[in-house]
Amino acid sequence: MTLKYLIQKEFLQIRRNSFMPKIIFIFPIMVMCVMPWVMNQEVKNIRVDVVDMDRTTQSQQLVHQVEASNYFIFNGQKATYHEAMKDIETSKADIILEIRDGKYLIAANAVNGTKGSIGSAYLSQIVSSRQPARPNGTLSSERTLNSKLSTLNLYNKGQNYKVFMIPALMGILMMMLCGFLPALNIVGEKEKGTIEQINVTPVSKWSFILAKLIPYWIIGLLVLTVCLVLSWLVYGITCQGQLVLVYLLAILLALFFSSFGLIVSNYSDTMQQAMLVMWFFVVCLMLLSGLFTPVRSMPDWAYMTTYINPMHYFADAIRTVFVRGGNFQSIAHQVFALFCIASVMAVWAVQSYKKNN
Amino acid sequence: MKQFISFVIKEAKHILRDKRTMLILFGMPIVMMLLFGFAITNDVRNVRTVVVTSQMDYQTQQAVERLAASEYFTIVKTVNTPKDAEWMIRSQKADLSIIFAKDFASKKSGAQFIVDGSDPNMAQQWTTYAQQVVANPNVSLISQKLLYNPRMKSAYNFVPAIMGMLLLLICAMMTSVSIVKEKERGTMEVLLVSPIKPLMIIVAKVVPYLLLALVILAVILLMSATVLDVPLQGGLGWIIVVSLIYILLALSLGLLISNIAQTQFVALLVSAMVLLLPTVMLSGMLFPVESMPTILQCISAVIPPRYYIQAMRKLMIMGVGIQDVWKEVVILVGMTAMLLSISLKKFNKRLE
Repeated sequence: MTLKYLIQKEFLQIRRNSFMPKIIFIFPIMVMCVMPWVMNQEVKNIRVDVVDMDRTTQSQQLVHQVEASNYFIFNGQKATYHEAMKDIETSKADIILEIRDGKYLIAANAVNGTKGSIGSAYLSQIVSSRQPARPNGTLSSERTLNSKLSTLNLYNKGQNYKVFMIPALMGILMMMLCGFLPALNIVGEKEKGTIEQINVTPVSKWSFILAKLIPYWIIGLLVLTVCLVLSWLVYGITCQGQLVLVYLLAILLALFFSSFGLIVSNYSDTMQQAMLVMWFFVVCLMLLSGLFTPVRSMPDWAYMTTYINPMHYFADAIRTVFVRGGNFQSIAHQVFALFCIASVMAVWAVQSYKKNN
Repeated sequence: MKQFISFVIKEAKHILRDKRTMLILFGMPIVMMLLFGFAITNDVRNVRTVVVTSQMDYQTQQAVERLAASEYFTIVKTVNTPKDAEWMIRSQKADLSIIFAKDFASKKSGAQFIVDGSDPNMAQQWTTYAQQVVANPNVSLISQKLLYNPRMKSAYNFVPAIMGMLLLLICAMMTSVSIVKEKERGTMEVLLVSPIKPLMIIVAKVVPYLLLALVILAVILLMSATVLDVPLQGGLGWIIVVSLIYILLALSLGLLISNIAQTQFVALLVSAMVLLLPTVMLSGMLFPVESMPTILQCISAVIPPRYYIQAMRKLMIMGVGIQDVWKEVVILVGMTAMLLSISLKKFNKRLE
């Protein structure tokens, strides 16, 4: 029964704070409306410089085709390779296509490796598709095989980067709201001195911590609902699998992050400390989770950390459900792992709260 | 001058005696460098591949062996129907599947790649690599060359970005919090009645953070050269000059925030929401600016780290001279002058 009053107290505290309700509602909406446009790794608008030494009809046609392609912006013809390099150095161009004696050289600025390699792959596709079949047949066997290799993109036919990013954003939002707010909560009470009042009441550790956690789970689920509705309304992207599974994953993730926030809060003395510690862990968890880059590309030591990274299980599972339309069977492993990690953290959160110091 | 120095010492003690914050201040750059340098990569590696074939003839066998032998792909299973392969991709047991038609050997029909397209960029790279491996092009008229970063290491792209983020975070966030903390605790009043000029108090507060930022800059540059093998192509002198301008800019931002915020909580949130988030998202650190819609590109045009990161990428990685980055430098200097004058003006008003 005391739990009910404690939860009521938490909600009153959140509501009467002039700042918190704004953050809880405006932040997710802003993130969902702006971030998918930002977190766009689509490679497009690549500026190409062409150095055409041949000046044949064929090379002219190729140049026209590059101009017409919507991946590329034709930056201009340059007389020499050296001149084109000057453009790359001043960042006026990203790729040079040099045509000399019927041979092609593609030189890409690869400071951003993804952009450089994908850009040169696109460009070489255009060039090779224009290769005429040679009469003497030197290239014929390779070419026939190449033309018979086709590709089918599953789940994301339009190659839409937003489909990939929206589930990740849901995870990030849950992490921010369910992680940072609890982390500041107990430290806030410590700094104000109100924690002393709780410490002298007969409220048990469990009900105190639970009362701190439950409001944030409710907030987390509310935020998730807002996200789902917005991704449907704004981007027309809907969940391919069962919604129940999305909520199940969200509850588990919220449990983990709110417990984690409370643990940090219990061990910190000031808000600044709590924020920095939280920020540090959150960034590591997020970057190593595979939300942005594939985990299997990581070196082995970094890949090992994903076994205890709840964000990795969440990212895997929510993409399976939301994008690929998987069922419970296909995410059972991740749900189990998330559940274990989250319960360990919850027990730790209760244990780390000490009434007498 | 003696008073000023003792104020600087007082402030340095504030920083040094907070062990946990110190640990984070120095641990963070190192961990970030390691993470971004090694762990955050888009390299094509360990792509789990399923082979779908009904009969293993010699040609198919050879193609599969070529895939397995390459460092990019690991064959996890051979199944009979495309449906099985699709199920494996759906439940995250495979990323790519290659389906050989029955008469692949006779060259009458080819092969099809089915790829998990949820990450469009990686899907594109996986299939490009797989096509190259299967088709095995020995002779080609097209040669490709990746400039500045032939091994496509992500660290080349990230190191300048981490510098931009960390310097901003340390200078702006830490200074603003330390000033607001004095306000909140009421100790600011004590400082203000001391014989030293109010402006000097603030300058004395800023100096330790300036030194801290320089130390961290040195740590980052050393790490990138020794641990991450990111070459410092350009002149070290100009890198430091541009970084100094940027540090000054971040410090004035911190001053401005401390003028607006009355409590530590607000100062922290303002630095996190107004500084950190746009820096990470809109500065071109992780996500290329040119892929964004026009309105966001306009917003990113007023974000200072964008110019710093651009300038650093050119100076450090591409190794161009200062004449090719004058535009970025001029913008940074302009922004610094503007922010510094605004925050100093506001600061004087507050004391009246």
